[in-house]
Amino acid sequence: MMKKPMEEYLNPTIVNLPPSGIRRFFDLVANTKGVISLGVGEPDFITPWHIREACFYALERGYTMYTSNFGTPELRKEIAKYAAKRYHVEYEPLSEILITVGASEAVDLAMRAMLRPGEEVLVPEPSYVSYAPTVTMAGGVPVGVPTYVKDDFQLTVEALEQKVTGNTKMLVLCYPNNPTGAIMTRPELEAIAQFAEKHDLLVLADEIYAELTYEGSHVSFPSIAGMKDRTILINGFSKSHAMTGWRVGYVCGNKEFVAQMTKIHQYTMLCAPIMGQMAALEALRNGEAEKERMVDQYDQRRRFVVGRFNEMGLTCFNPRGAFYAFPSISVTGLSSDAFCEKLLAEEKVAVVPGTAFGQSGEGFIRVSYASSLANLTAAMDKMEAFVKRCQKRQAS
Amino acid sequence: MGAIDKKKLLDILQDDCRISHEQIALMLGQDVETVKSAIKEMEDERIILKYPALINPEKLGDDTVTAMIDVKVVPQRDVGFDQVAERIYRYPEVRSVFLMSGGYDLSVVIEGRTMKEVALFVAQKLAVLEHVQSTATHFVLKRYKKDGVIYDEKEEDYRLQVSP
Repeated sequence: MMKKPMEEYLNPTIVNLPPSGIRRFFDLVANTKGVISLGVGEPDFITPWHIREACFYALERGYTMYTSNFGTPELRKEIAKYAAKRYHVEYEPLSEILITVGASEAVDLAMRAMLRPGEEVLVPEPSYVSYAPTVTMAGGVPVGVPTYVKDDFQLTVEALEQKVTGNTKMLVLCYPNNPTGAIMTRPELEAIAQFAEKHDLLVLADEIYAELTYEGSHVSFPSIAGMKDRTILINGFSKSHAMTGWRVGYVCGNKEFVAQMTKIHQYTMLCAPIMGQMAALEALRNGEAEKERMVDQYDQRRRFVVGRFNEMGLTCFNPRGAFYAFPSISVTGLSSDAFCEKLLAEEKVAVVPGTAFGQSGEGFIRVSYASSLANLTAAMDKMEAFVKRCQKRQAS
Repeated sequence: MGAIDKKKLLDILQDDCRISHEQIALMLGQDVETVKSAIKEMEDERIILKYPALINPEKLGDDTVTAMIDVKVVPQRDVGFDQVAERIYRYPEVRSVFLMSGGYDLSVVIEGRTMKEVALFVAQKLAVLEHVQSTATHFVLKRYKKDGVIYDEKEEDYRLQVSP
């Protein structure tokens, strides 16, 4: 017989974490039949065959064991080559790169290795759901920095200056952005770099969507002069090579930082799964053509979806990266939550309320275009009918 | 906006030629008129020849027999293989003809109602053509994939319906 209520045995920091804003909506969708879901935050492509085949081959040869805590040297060397060639940033493969269980683990490691109790982390909003909770779990304090549609959801120094304090330790940069699809260009990043320098901040650059940049080219934050040492760069294979389920990501940074992150990784994960690492190696060595094919497809769908939203009156700023459109739903007079619930109930189309990614997402919805053209076409027709109905209801 | 990317336009049509011009225009960031005139132009130039449907004959219960025939030919002065190829491709039974490198010269795809019908066609029409040296007939037993489409694969989405 337990002597106290169950909750008292738990860590209050965890108990008080809000559940992911997506959870409730997930249950709602799961209980509706015949849904077209544009609420999925992962590629609709299956991992390219050559990558899957490389994994079979690795298994046949008996690669079923632990790897170095850091990950296999071959993969780290290949990542170093890739980062240098593609993003002009040099890392020493054996001491400055750590292979993690997805980019998600890398975010957690960075927060735990860097934050002291009570230190603040600037987190742009709206953004991916994990940053603020990982800060909290590491004993830090997340501080939301709103971004606005008038700025194309780019992070501005003005907004940052309003939130920075003497206790701020780190800034999260997550571009191309989930959920908005916003990207940051070099001059904008240079302004952020000056801000980081001025306040002596660390920067966690989560660039998992880097390869999915459709207009202009991705600028990696550590490639900006003077930023490499203060930046923890996170990337992976999930989005670029449609490898979400393999759970392979990596973190690059100063070797002092990587050494401490590796300690946590070593005691908790030991290493990323070897099959995933072998597959990732194949992706980097021979995955360019397939990746380009997928990016081309996303780009066409992106134009189509954004065009349709603007036609139906859901004003949509031009998302230049990731695979999300983030249209405004203000013409419907509905809140994000209400819009998504009604759309699901009336048209069986699932999209995610902008508020799942922070309060500044109110008035917007996240629509993933990682879905077949046929699905997208059907969903857009349904949404158009829905929007028309909402406007009629409003008028009457 | 820039010039229309014909390669991308053709890729879209080859994947699904029923997509509306309006939708193609959005996908390529072009206006509808540009898309229409690019398609028209390629039809006129016979870059786009036809808009067929891809069918799985086994599902249809169609017993049509398909054979691939390797044909060795003696090339002729001035016209090479073209004249013999034409003598062959004019037959409606012949679905495709390709000039090949390697061990034989023409690869001919023939359809017929029965194996016997195909075999007789080869014996009576192909093998006896002037300049044809030899033929080897291979019957198709099963189709796995054609034009990038796997016959027996249903597209299933195993993803969670909502994820961050």
